[in-house]
Amino acid sequence: MSHPSTYEPKTGIERWLDSRLPIVRFGADLMSYPTPRNLNYWYTFGGILSFCLAVQIITGIVLAMHYDASGAGAFMSVERGIMRDVNYGWLIRGVHANGASMFFVAVYLHIMRGIYYGSYKAPREVLWLLGCVIYVLMMATAFMGYVLPWGQMSFWGAKVITNLIGALPLVGKPITTLLWGGFSVDDPTLNRFFSLHYLLPFVIAAVVALHIWALHVPGNNNPTGVNVKSDNDTVAFHPFYTVKDGFAIGLFMIMFAVFVFYLPDALGKADNAIPANPLVTPAHIVPEWYLLPFYAILRAIPDKLLGVLALAGSIGMLFALPWLDTSKVKSMRYRPTARLYFFIWIAATCVLGWCGSQEPDGKLFGIESFNFIDYPIMSVTWASRIAALYYFSFFGIMLFLGLSETPLPVPDSLYTPVLKTPVAAPAE
Amino acid sequence: MAQSLNPSASDPALAVDPNRRDFIHIAAAAAAAGGAVAVAWPLIDQLNPAADTLALSSLEFDLSKVPLGAETTLLWRKQPVFVRHRTPQEITAARAADHGALKDPESDAARVKAGHEQWLILLGSCTHLGCLPTFGGGEYKGWLCPCHGSVYDTSGRIRKGPAPKNLGVPDYAFLSDTKIKIG
Ligand code: HEM
Ligand code: FES
Repeated sequence: MSHPSTYEPKTGIERWLDSRLPIVRFGADLMSYPTPRNLNYWYTFGGILSFCLAVQIITGIVLAMHYDASGAGAFMSVERGIMRDVNYGWLIRGVHANGASMFFVAVYLHIMRGIYYGSYKAPREVLWLLGCVIYVLMMATAFMGYVLPWGQMSFWGAKVITNLIGALPLVGKPITTLLWGGFSVDDPTLNRFFSLHYLLPFVIAAVVALHIWALHVPGNNNPTGVNVKSDNDTVAFHPFYTVKDGFAIGLFMIMFAVFVFYLPDALGKADNAIPANPLVTPAHIVPEWYLLPFYAILRAIPDKLLGVLALAGSIGMLFALPWLDTSKVKSMRYRPTARLYFFIWIAATCVLGWCGSQEPDGKLFGIESFNFIDYPIMSVTWASRIAALYYFSFFGIMLFLGLSETPLPVPDSLYTPVLKTPVAAPAE
Repeated sequence: MAQSLNPSASDPALAVDPNRRDFIHIAAAAAAAGGAVAVAWPLIDQLNPAADTLALSSLEFDLSKVPLGAETTLLWRKQPVFVRHRTPQEITAARAADHGALKDPESDAARVKAGHEQWLILLGSCTHLGCLPTFGGGEYKGWLCPCHGSVYDTSGRIRKGPAPKNLGVPDYAFLSDTKIKIG
């Protein structure tokens, strides 16, 4: 870790251990990590995400004890075994299945926070890239997990997504065969997805460790985007932020519990309660909500390969963001123009998400309209095209805005805005 | 490079031929790289279809079970295969479109066996992302894919929507007038 160690071994055994394996020192330094004193609740999602990962790993390991990864047995082992026969199986699966959604709620807010406060800018580019890697791994893990109950959506979702890769020239087909282990999605596919679904969360945990390491070297950004200038600007992580994060996790758990106990199937699809059938495609295939914006981008483009490239590009843009945003000012608090474009970007992403859940030729607001090129102008397809165009343009806007906009005056220290607020006397 | 890597080069008494040292470095690195590839290959190739999966390769089917104007779906190598008994109207419609604007130009005659034009045997997997198209929908009275709206005609050729190619025709042969062998 980057800050000087303040740990003093007190007992003989601690001194003995400290010169052999300084693990207590490591933990103590993590807790005394100097953290900007002005972090708000948007900064609690890191802790919430760690909580989510732990929940998924613990419930997942338990589910794996009762799960049968075979085409013939998977559906029954989940729907009858885990949901009806295993003691508290319904609860553990409810937590795991809804936990994936909660995980994505948290990661989206965490990413939005990062963009708003410019946390990807120097010297935190590696931290940001590792975060993007985690996000991609999460999507892969959740996708493979969704295949495991082997219902209709599991099966056809797996088929559609693996076929996406088949769109790539030359390598596409051989890679799809490698993923399938056969001529189509089948038993071998299910088995390897189970194996990888078990593995990837541990890979995520390892990348999270790197992510936190890359956080502790430059230290946290903060809502002003102004660098920490003196010890006065920081407080120790414990107890200040352990308590704040803990409180936020508590609130998050309430929302989580509402889903698990009152709305356990609200985020799922009824079709997945029908066993996988390779001879019947469900009338309306949609991915889980957290993948809908990307699905809409894919469908908006009438060409198969270009659609897949746009899908990959929409995530690739996040990786490139540190080099696309040219503004020297980090926080959008002081960039009113950028802030406006950012909020429109969030709105466009939500529109894409909604479009992804609808039929491509569905009418907007029930309005009948004329055909423009291939679809009616007031159709879901055209709405997703316009929203997708803005989604991508945002990154170009960030490139030019940094050079042309006039930011508001930035405070000289992260402490100033706190002192200027008449009511909030800085409590120590 | 060889000079600087070789500490003894500056001392003529200890000098060894730098090219020999280089050769050992390169040979060792090459052996390690070759070894890594040799180890990686089985780890990748095991993902390919196993022998028992490949063994599910051919299927015989009695066509007399499918009346005129009907179709059935078989499962061959775990993939759906459509067997459609086409009506004369469907054949005429397909042939009339042979010279129209096709996304993936192919004549109807090339997609069936001569003398058995009424039998259309297709891989039932949308060439977009693999959903199962259903017969009777879409403006060409052929197949319509429920996933992203690809429309196929009565020859299984792509006419509209995101799919790039015509529905595939598996390898098959007529064993007799009423019996085919797929694969
Ligand atoms: C990043 C963490 C993880 C995410 C995002 C995730 C996501 C998912 C999702 C979305 C499902 C489908 C839920 C359903 O509809 O039933 C699922 C199922 C499953 N997961 Fe995970 N998972 C994670 C970690 C794990 C771990 C670490 C294990 C095992 C050690 C595991 C084992 C299972 C099993 C056995 C199932 C099938 C049973 C079921 O469907 O409930 N998961 N996972
Ligand atoms: S899979 Fe058939 S249109 Fe997309």
